[in-house]
Amino acid sequence: MRGSLRTSCLVAAALLVPLSASANEGLLVMQENPAEWVMPTGNYANHRYSKLAQINTGNAGQLQVAWTFSTGVLRGHEGGPLIIGDTMYVHAPFPNTVYALDLNNDATIKWKYEPKQDPDTIPVMCCDTVNRGPAYGDGKIFLYQADTTLVALDANTGKVLWKAVNGDPKVGATGTSAPMVVKDKVIVGISGGEFGVRGHLTAYDINTGKQVWRGYSMGPDSDTLMDPKKTTHLGKAVGKDSGTNTWEGDQWKIGGGTTWGWYSYDPELDLIYYGSGNPSTWNPAQRPGDNRWSMAIWARNPDTGMTKWVYQMTPHDEWDYDGINEMILADIPVKGKTRKALVHFDRNGFGYTLDRETGELLVAEKFDPAVNWATHVDMETGRPQVVSQYSTDQNGEDVNSTGICPAALGSKDQQPAAFSPRTGLFYVPTNHVCMDYEPFRVSYTAGQPYVGATLSMYPAPGGKHMGNFIAWDASKGAIVWSNPELFSVWSGALATAGDVVFYGTLEGYLKAVDASTGRELYSFKTPSGIIGNVTTYMHRGQQYVAVLSGVGGWAGIGLAAGLTEPQAGLGAVGGYAALSNYTALGGQLTVFKLPD
Amino acid sequence: MVPYRGQWKILSVGLLSIALALIGPTPAAAQDEEKPYVIKDGVVDWYTFSGFRRYHAECHVCHGPDGLGGSFAPALVESLKTLPYDEFLEVVVNGREQVGASVQSKMPAFGENLNVMCFVDDLYAYLKARSDGALGRGRPKKQPKPQEARERDDACMG
Repeated sequence: MRGSLRTSCLVAAALLVPLSASANEGLLVMQENPAEWVMPTGNYANHRYSKLAQINTGNAGQLQVAWTFSTGVLRGHEGGPLIIGDTMYVHAPFPNTVYALDLNNDATIKWKYEPKQDPDTIPVMCCDTVNRGPAYGDGKIFLYQADTTLVALDANTGKVLWKAVNGDPKVGATGTSAPMVVKDKVIVGISGGEFGVRGHLTAYDINTGKQVWRGYSMGPDSDTLMDPKKTTHLGKAVGKDSGTNTWEGDQWKIGGGTTWGWYSYDPELDLIYYGSGNPSTWNPAQRPGDNRWSMAIWARNPDTGMTKWVYQMTPHDEWDYDGINEMILADIPVKGKTRKALVHFDRNGFGYTLDRETGELLVAEKFDPAVNWATHVDMETGRPQVVSQYSTDQNGEDVNSTGICPAALGSKDQQPAAFSPRTGLFYVPTNHVCMDYEPFRVSYTAGQPYVGATLSMYPAPGGKHMGNFIAWDASKGAIVWSNPELFSVWSGALATAGDVVFYGTLEGYLKAVDASTGRELYSFKTPSGIIGNVTTYMHRGQQYVAVLSGVGGWAGIGLAAGLTEPQAGLGAVGGYAALSNYTALGGQLTVFKLPD
Repeated sequence: MVPYRGQWKILSVGLLSIALALIGPTPAAAQDEEKPYVIKDGVVDWYTFSGFRRYHAECHVCHGPDGLGGSFAPALVESLKTLPYDEFLEVVVNGREQVGASVQSKMPAFGENLNVMCFVDDLYAYLKARSDGALGRGRPKKQPKPQEARERDDACMG
């Protein structure tokens, strides 16, 4: 049945080829089929939710490993596989191998693609050589390589159809994010905020690879694709050149605001949503002003790139709280009224609920009680009320500001949360880590790190754990339940209609918990730490759950040796434990199922 | 003043690799005689502190906190036990590459990066103190910044 549905999608897509909306409409249909997992985010709304219910709270405890697959690469494995029809697409970090596995034939390799890339790309990737996976659309697999080459592969053969280059690794621009196909375009971002790269979102034609538009995070209106009168910030027109007038001189040219997170799309409003990252450098004294539009949530038109609205969460960042985390689109009640909401768990520790049509701010509450750098977000101005003690800008250069929560890792990083329409709750992998942060003067050299702050990280006060996996009520802005985890939870969550929620841990456990209570139903230790996102699909009547292991990423590097104990003490216990005592490098896909 | 400090800095950064060739290997004995760091009653000299600070901006993302290594790059607290100063400088300036089936390790060349090269001796002092076991984990207590260091930083950073 699944096969025939897919065939009909392909037929429909084929018939629509002359129209510009072919791939999009194909994906709009395909994302409704729970047997497949057609985009890294699960669906355009970024729910990471599956209607499959064969695995449920009653039987999840019986899960067992069905099969495994080594990627042949040992670095940090972020993202997860795609399942299109009877084929699974598995990717790896640098060198960014892609395998097409035949699910009808014991996952044998149908084709393998391994690009040749200059190893010079490796050291300009700030936080490991991760890749968050390819995208599918219009019979093509789109791989965004570390060296920023976007390549379109024939999904059936792996043959290269076209290539486009999105940035220059020589100035520190790299590719880590997963592309998203919208209509006849493939959307990609850029990494390199620690190298002074000016962030942008770029659309390429899915048939030719020709660049259609590029919207920068800062710069004149012609670069940011903003209309001074029509583009709004909290309901007010942004005015002329809002992307340069909160910077001194030409600093916006190396201003950061990179776009390496996830993208979502609302087909009714015809808007794509994403976040921009930290302004460069990490030393706030060197870049006075609000540094617009770093640290912002964006709504752009997918055809033209024009910005409908923007909201800056952390003006003039002083802590590296990138705004790139995913935007989850859900229609939920807020103050008694159903809203077309956008829910976002920011690095800065606030869980935001906005009206995704207008950009109106509805809710902004802390999703980790440890968050202390701001007391609250002013709902009129949208500005966080910064606590002077934790302001690395007010404390100044060469001063060590201590006890700031969260750490630069954020209360949550890119690892995407899940939303279950059944419970109405958001399931969020979080970090519970604080830091000392000392900014200092730094000079810019193209292609070299442009950081300008030193920091040390440690578990939040009173705890012996560095992470929590939480359920969040975005209508109220409140935690419903919270499971402590020894290390930061750096794995993307999955919610299912079986009311089971899945996530991985840095020690390597794949866990299944009850969506209502958080009660653990199943746990299995995979060969390496998990920073990948959990995926589910159905094949020949059986539901499978798949996850990539392969410790690494920022957390994997930083936690490998264990965090610094702020008050020098003896023995590494609890939260100060070294991740290297629990797991080692590896790159493996593990696939689970219920017993036959 | 320790003997090696500032040897390379009289030359412009663009000439570094040539400079290295000219300097040639430092006799190992010279380094054994004097430690590149001063630690009294648990308080480190400014330069060693500066090394701590720059390390945790430029190096720790790959080499891990406190020089302890990450999954990405080796533990410098171990490497510095055997790596002499001139080789340390050579690797920092020119980088190092090890790319194979199971290893994708690539140390970038920092020769033109003022944020590293102006403080390369500080980095060495800090890492040597760590690898000698003279300095523990975390942020050390420091002596005030001497005028000489201010002048040095201003001259080098431009």
